Amino acid sequence: MSQSNRLAQGGRIDRSRELSFTFNGKSYRGHPGDTLASALLANGVDIVNRSFKYSRPRGIVAAGAEEPNAVIQLGSTEAAQVPNVRATQQALFEGLEARSTNGWPSVQRDLMGVIGKLGGQFMPPGFYYKTFMAPASMWMTYEKYIRKSAGLGRSPMEKDPDIYDHLNRHCDVLVIGAGPAGLAAALAAGRSGARVILADEQEEMGGSLLDSRELLDERPADQWVAEALEELAGLDNVLLLPRTTANGYHDHNFVTLHERRTEHLAETAPRENGRRQARSRLHRVRAGRVVLATGAHERPLVYGNNDVPGNLQAGAVSTYIRRYGVVPGNKLVLSTSNDHAYRAALDWVESGREVVAIADARPEPVGELVEQARAKGIRIIPGAAVLEARGQNRVTGARVARVDLEGFRVSGDAESLDCDTIASSGGYSPVIHLASHTGARPTWRDDILGFVPNLVEGVLAAGGTQGVYAIGEVLADGWEAGSRAAGDTGFDTVEARLPNVGARNEGKPVALYQVPHEKPTLRGPKQFVDLQNDVTAAAIEVATREGFESIEHVKRYTAMGFGTDQGKLGNINGMAIAARCLGRSIPEVGTTVFRPNYTPVTFGAVVGRHCRELFDPERYTAIHQWHVEHGAEFEDVGQWKRPWYFPRRVEGRMETMHEAVARECRAVREKVGILDASTLGKIDIQGPDAREFLGRVYTNKWAKLAPGRVRYGLMCKDDGMVMDDGTTSCLAENHFLMTASTGGAAAVLEWLELWHQTEWPELEVYFNSVTDHWATMTVTGPEARKLLAEVTDIDLDREAFKFMDWREGTVAGVPARVFRISFTGELAYEINVQANYALNVWETLIAHGEKYDLTPYGTETMHVLRAEKGFIIAGQDTDGSVTPEDLGMHWAIGYDKPFSWIGKRALTRPDTARTDRKQLVGLKPRNPEVVLEEGAQIVFDPDHAIPMPMKGHVTSSYYSPTLGSGFALAVVKGGQQRMGETVYLPMVDGQVHEAEIVSPIFVDPKGERQNV
Amino acid sequence: MSNSVDDKVKTFDTRTEAKVPVESPLAYSYRRSGAPAPGEGSGVVVRERPFLGHLVLRGGAIILDEALREVLDISLPGEPQALVFDASGERSVQWISPDEWLLIVPGGEEFELENRLREALGDAHFAITNIGGGQTLLELEGEAVSELLMKSVIYDADPHHFPVGKGVTTVFAKTSVILRRSSETRWELVARRSFADYIYRWLLDAGEEYAIGIVR
Amino acid sequence: MFHIYCPYCGEYREEEEFHPKGEAHIVRPEDPETCSDEEWGDYLFFRHNPRGIHHEMWVHAVGCRKFFNITRNTATYEILETYKMGEAPSITAESRDDRAAAEAETAEKQEGVRA
Repeated sequence: MSQSNRLAQGGRIDRSRELSFTFNGKSYRGHPGDTLASALLANGVDIVNRSFKYSRPRGIVAAGAEEPNAVIQLGSTEAAQVPNVRATQQALFEGLEARSTNGWPSVQRDLMGVIGKLGGQFMPPGFYYKTFMAPASMWMTYEKYIRKSAGLGRSPMEKDPDIYDHLNRHCDVLVIGAGPAGLAAALAAGRSGARVILADEQEEMGGSLLDSRELLDERPADQWVAEALEELAGLDNVLLLPRTTANGYHDHNFVTLHERRTEHLAETAPRENGRRQARSRLHRVRAGRVVLATGAHERPLVYGNNDVPGNLQAGAVSTYIRRYGVVPGNKLVLSTSNDHAYRAALDWVESGREVVAIADARPEPVGELVEQARAKGIRIIPGAAVLEARGQNRVTGARVARVDLEGFRVSGDAESLDCDTIASSGGYSPVIHLASHTGARPTWRDDILGFVPNLVEGVLAAGGTQGVYAIGEVLADGWEAGSRAAGDTGFDTVEARLPNVGARNEGKPVALYQVPHEKPTLRGPKQFVDLQNDVTAAAIEVATREGFESIEHVKRYTAMGFGTDQGKLGNINGMAIAARCLGRSIPEVGTTVFRPNYTPVTFGAVVGRHCRELFDPERYTAIHQWHVEHGAEFEDVGQWKRPWYFPRRVEGRMETMHEAVARECRAVREKVGILDASTLGKIDIQGPDAREFLGRVYTNKWAKLAPGRVRYGLMCKDDGMVMDDGTTSCLAENHFLMTASTGGAAAVLEWLELWHQTEWPELEVYFNSVTDHWATMTVTGPEARKLLAEVTDIDLDREAFKFMDWREGTVAGVPARVFRISFTGELAYEINVQANYALNVWETLIAHGEKYDLTPYGTETMHVLRAEKGFIIAGQDTDGSVTPEDLGMHWAIGYDKPFSWIGKRALTRPDTARTDRKQLVGLKPRNPEVVLEEGAQIVFDPDHAIPMPMKGHVTSSYYSPTLGSGFALAVVKGGQQRMGETVYLPMVDGQVHEAEIVSPIFVDPKGERQNV
Repeated sequence: MSNSVDDKVKTFDTRTEAKVPVESPLAYSYRRSGAPAPGEGSGVVVRERPFLGHLVLRGGAIILDEALREVLDISLPGEPQALVFDASGERSVQWISPDEWLLIVPGGEEFELENRLREALGDAHFAITNIGGGQTLLELEGEAVSELLMKSVIYDADPHHFPVGKGVTTVFAKTSVILRRSSETRWELVARRSFADYIYRWLLDAGEEYAIGIVR
Repeated sequence: MFHIYCPYCGEYREEEEFHPKGEAHIVRPEDPETCSDEEWGDYLFFRHNPRGIHHEMWVHAVGCRKFFNITRNTATYEILETYKMGEAPSITAESRDDRAAAEAETAEKQEGVRA
């Protein structure tokens, strides 16, 4: 197919090369420098999509981010699929494959088109809510088909071949937009020496200057752009980021920029020097000052059938002609409310094609551009507008008539004009999206007929964003903003040096949003306000009639400005229509909030490198490699990877977890096992007040703990609820080593600092984490002493080294601290060595352990063994609502300590003193085969009508090879007084388990085994 | 072992002169993830400096400064984010918080140093904690280091805004590191042992486009 | 994403380095044993949730590990000052009464209805 709309010359494309691409399976050709949109227009492709709701054919309307229709799906392979790309923002590359997003099964011939023709009756506003929301259970079914036919793009089903980066950037001045205002601002700030980032979303920087008719210093505007960019590129303190969209403006001048680095080259990032490069980068910018130079979007007029392909924004027509050498039709009718749009007609005529007429809503159009049009012999119809477009798949004509703007009525007879293109302009809407992200509501200005942003601290706006449109003023405004931003961040500003621009004599625009029609809005042809969401003027009128007066409610009722569109073209027109219907002014109707992101960002860019193997940190102990080599299955405990159990190959197959854990449990109870306990939190505490501090943060007493001794401690919050537990050893009079649970280590250290820094700064004590410094190995079981004796010089005699003592010496030739504490109930030694030695010490123990059948065990076995002893895990058997008394740990509460330690006062509040609180008990299932579910609810009367009163729940439950049955820890209301009673656990599958309340200590209640 | 025991604080030499195999925090990572050799095109070169002596000093700046000058002939950096080296460049002290400094010395010196500092500090209120087994130091050099850091840490690592002699604790990917600049060309990361593998794998991944090389 | 001046580090740092710890200036009763259940309950559970000026405790968790306070406007997210533990705020809701009233009015306009 030939590029029938391509002009013989002009534009910024590279005509020496051709690129081939496909759209909806058909092949076309374009040039480097084209966007997908300009190439489609060059090839005469009218229909690019079907509309969201009515399934009407749609064509390209705009030339930039505001494009509502040409939202396409990219990708030739499943893995390369990218949804919701605007064809106007996608650079053409060789081999590009694109499809329409909407229009299943095909854009040309659409199934839903039938419904679309019936239109109004079938899908009035609020249709989805009213029709499909009831019955609620059917929504899933409706949704599938509505989504499929509506088409919101689809995500790839295969792994993304690309990689993405986040970059944390800091600068003095961030300039967003590299049109005339942004370039001037960047030059002002850059020359002052400030660290500047200039970001622009287009393929080329320059903005409107790239297709401007204006002369700067008597030369084409793009020459000045080239010089400005060259200067900026030469400044060390300036970073230029083309193809970079500022998508979100967050608190305190934190802006996220999405830089597309390879999207213009290929559908997946090509390798550079044989190495992968990031497809896109998300720059997380913290800026001293932000200059918004985001320009303005032209506002299309709202008239009948304004969605038929061939209806374009006036400015887009100029852009396609001047920048891409594409004229998107043959016969043009222009409908305008202002001078500026005359450029489109002038450009059209200069391309050698026919301008049928200009319908100018102003009764007496005057101004330089108007005169130029007259001079070219273009027919101008004053006081008129296009009422309605004709045609279905392409514009075939326009009905034009005089309109009475005040009275909102057609005041003359309509004239039908033959044409294939209608360009319209209702003036400009400043692009205030980013300013709006900060929460500041914009202000309506009658003089420019648009909203301008209200600016929070640290942000400036310049040029079109502020409603300044004349090129000379825009440059000056940009320079001023850039200078102020640099000055605010401490730089000496330099004198302005800007190109000369002749002033233009412009006529005043009039306010025109919706064009009146002979028929009332509800009966006339559809007048589209939001093309992407298929919202019509009639829909807004209906919304106001149904009582939705706030523009936010109108928006939700009609879906105006939803989704990826974010109201770029439609919102102001929509508000104007709502205002007309309600008899109010636009500012009285309010304004809308624009939210991040400005344009869609791929998940890849959002995720960056935080995915796959780098999704989350994995913390390893110094012995990790041994565990891996010995087939450990791992469990996540916080960010730690801990061996869960070590399955062995037995009789030609791997043990199940149940079998492995049973074997490991028996080994510890009968012989000896070894556990990597390095993940335990360890805090070194020094200072003369260390002991006093411990007494305040633990519930039990510390005054008399002697050097060489260890004590179990329970920590509460001031509400009396258990927060963590662990052992603390007295290393010397002013020196202690505290342990905390693996998951709670960081929180406990912060807790100690909190109390020290805020409540008791007078206490002389310091806390330092030594968790990573020490590796910890627990050797436990009846044979533990014999094994350890082989590799240590420490006297292990039961009198010399008692239970709850610690000693130092060497283990396997390495300096070690050994703690005789037990979490299994068996004889146990916790060996601590500097982590760099740990692997060797572990391997030495394993080698010596062979003759004792030393068995490495993991966290699951640890849990079974500790639960058999009734030892709690904070956070599993407690949940922030359990007191030490609830745990039956009265022995660990020092009520008579002199200082009112953390949690003490709360234990006497009426609620914590209740006797029917949930209390820790053991549960023995009647059926020994049953292992109760953790979290299962406990009831006293299984015959009670549903809902049954729930009296407690299971906190820990395992199978015990030692007991030969399942067993559990649970919290039960008043449980400590209910020993021997039967409780019931109704399960989801209808089964009801029976269990007896027993002591939580199932094995060795007197604690003789750990004390041998 | 020359462990000193007074009745107040228990110091302990966790190092031994015996020929016992030691493993740096990255030993496992090298074996699992490999260590690409630096080449001519390497924009980033990483070298681990394992087994150094790391001591945390806690206390008032004035007393610690006196003791440090007496024992090591280094002035304590009193300004936030400051990092100073001794004349040899082998020993450094870094401000961590108003009452906390990190002292890094050649491996093997730390125990004797701790004892001498304790002696110099006498009865003052302070704490010294040996954390050498729990940390490792990575040196980063090359023209792409600052961009690699930009991808990794949230702190402003622009070389113009992070002068030599600065050090901060900050967020690295989803964990934390101490980031320091020891010379015009050299940056340092002090990583916790258990996170070292994650940090190493992150550096390899993010550094791929700069042909990152590891010196072993 | 807040930009927070740490009064101990003496510079602005990214929010990711900090943890919020709730309302500032909550004083633990001097003698918990003698205070009433109601007083103890107030100390434990009751917090202000003002629209406007609020004093909050934060900790520079990935940094100097020091706790400090922030005076923040909860409507605009503006951080008006940060100050060390033990110091008093220089800006309070009372000191800002006039200005706050004006701001609240603006904020009201700005907020409108949000999803």
